[in-house]
Amino acid sequence: MKAKVYVSLKKSVLDPQGKTIHTSLRNLGYSSVEDVRQGKFFEISLDSNLSSADVQREVERIARNVLTNPVIEEFSYEIE
Amino acid sequence: MKFGVIIFPGTNCEHDVYHMIAKVLRQPVEFIWHQSHDLAGCDAIIVPGGFAYGDYLRTGAIARFSPVMEAVCGFAAKDGLVLGICNGFQILLEAGLLPGAMLRNKGLKYVCQHVYVRVESTNTPFTSRAQKGQVLCIPIGHMEGNYFVDRETLQRLENNQQVIFRYSTPEGQITEAANPNGSLASIAGICNHSRNVLGMMPHPERASEALLGSDEGLIIFESMVNALVHS
Repeated sequence: MKAKVYVSLKKSVLDPQGKTIHTSLRNLGYSSVEDVRQGKFFEISLDSNLSSADVQREVERIARNVLTNPVIEEFSYEIE
Repeated sequence: MKFGVIIFPGTNCEHDVYHMIAKVLRQPVEFIWHQSHDLAGCDAIIVPGGFAYGDYLRTGAIARFSPVMEAVCGFAAKDGLVLGICNGFQILLEAGLLPGAMLRNKGLKYVCQHVYVRVESTNTPFTSRAQKGQVLCIPIGHMEGNYFVDRETLQRLENNQQVIFRYSTPEGQITEAANPNGSLASIAGICNHSRNVLGMMPHPERASEALLGSDEGLIIFESMVNALVHS
């Protein structure tokens, strides 16, 4: 089983990299771009014998305890 | 009295700190490898700067899971003196010994320069030899020094006088121009509620001898020695 975890800065936290990319895109002529947020992407392979409930629990624990710093970041995930 | 200097893979300021303690302060000091489960009987711990674990994932994020950090947290809980410098500060934040987190510098650049920091409180074992409002010239060198914390926690830090250093002008004015990284409230260093754990982005060990261009950082280590002598 594979989990895709997306980590990004909370909306309330300024994302200077996203801002810079946004400005660059506008300068390049992509005038429809209204905002850019940069984040991280993790692809995690898990034991295929686990039940989907266990996988979900494990992925959430990993994302919360290790992949994100809850002071500044939040996460979402998909399981395939 | 013995100082311990923690080394993670990727730490690179341990010899500067070691030299300063051994040759300038003339105090006993030893290195502690990150796989160690104890602190070798040290009376004060310094987590030096560098790029522990290559800053992978987030600065300090992997280092906090090293065996030695459990010992450091236990030591801190028993009022042991812990000083985190630069990447060491980031590790203490990730370990939960200090509140908040570091964002990338506002200008998105690695900033390496001498800055001025104003001493906001002398009521710590790290600043007891300084004067309140004293301005120290100490270099910084970091990419993620843009301190962030939620509004309630910041208020609590301010109320408890846990903000120990703020970036300032040479005259001690807090201005946006004097803030090198966009840090919230110009914060350069904070302590925990019990005041025995301090994290700071500037490198006082790089400002501990006149030969280095400034010896104004030495007062932090002299304060620690003073605290240990009187404990």
